[in-house]
Amino acid sequence: MNWGEFFAMKGYGFYVWGSYGVALLIFIVEIALVRHKRTITLQQLRLLRDAEKGEEGAT
Amino acid sequence: MAINWFKYSAPSTFYELAGKLAPWFAWSAGILFSIGLYIGFFVAPTDAQQSEAYRIIFIHVPSSIMSMFVYLIMAGYAAVGLIFNTRLSSMMASALAPTGALFAFISLWTGALWGKPMWGAWWVWDARLTSELILLFLYFGFIALHASIDDPRRADRASALLAIIGSVNVPIIYFSVKWWNTLHQGSTVKFTGTSMHVAMQQAMFITLAACWLYAIAMALARVRSIILERERNTLWVAELPEVRS
Repeated sequence: MNWGEFFAMKGYGFYVWGSYGVALLIFIVEIALVRHKRTITLQQLRLLRDAEKGEEGAT
Repeated sequence: MAINWFKYSAPSTFYELAGKLAPWFAWSAGILFSIGLYIGFFVAPTDAQQSEAYRIIFIHVPSSIMSMFVYLIMAGYAAVGLIFNTRLSSMMASALAPTGALFAFISLWTGALWGKPMWGAWWVWDARLTSELILLFLYFGFIALHASIDDPRRADRASALLAIIGSVNVPIIYFSVKWWNTLHQGSTVKFTGTSMHVAMQQAMFITLAACWLYAIAMALARVRSIILERERNTLWVAELPEVRS
């Protein structure tokens, strides 16, 4: 079996790779979103802390 | 052996534990996916009726099973949070919802790409397909309802109720191929055994295990951000090294 034949999937290539491709894309996007969410959350926590420090300094 | 399990029901200790466990689950998921798909594509033979198109099974079946299991676990956590008023359980329910929704979507998407060459239609209003679509909408409903209420504890209670009522749909999906005359084929793997080739079975069970590990990794990673957000006014969050820096 050569690679051309393998990717052709006996004419079902579009359906098979369309399934796995989109599933893989979804997994990658989900991992990226979870990581992004963590970065944003930590940033917000630091901003919150700095804002509180600023208030303490003002009073 | 005395492990104090209640220790880990405190968000502060669970935050740390989840951070340690998530990478292990993620990497083992990746390894199992590779092994499962290797067997699925290079060891498992061509199907006599469905030719090579059947290979969609190694992502379609695991993600369909996961979409149902994740829903039940989510509803279980939500129910525990509702009954015992435990914050962490409600946070786990929120952390599971997006992953479950994505599995439901993958199930429908790969199903459409399988239905077109086998049935000649991307979509039919068949009992199995329709109930799976309702499952996806239940996930959306859970996420949207939770997001629409400002007070997180009230949001937990309202969405828990939705999750619990919606869990009626899961057995409907599972038994739909028996109860109704569906275009969707019946279960190939039964408790009494299966007619499947052994390599096909192995590939399917390994990719299913990979999906389990993936879902756990995602839920653990996501719940850490939820914990930080909802515990932001506590001392332990303020003292975390990643927050102090």
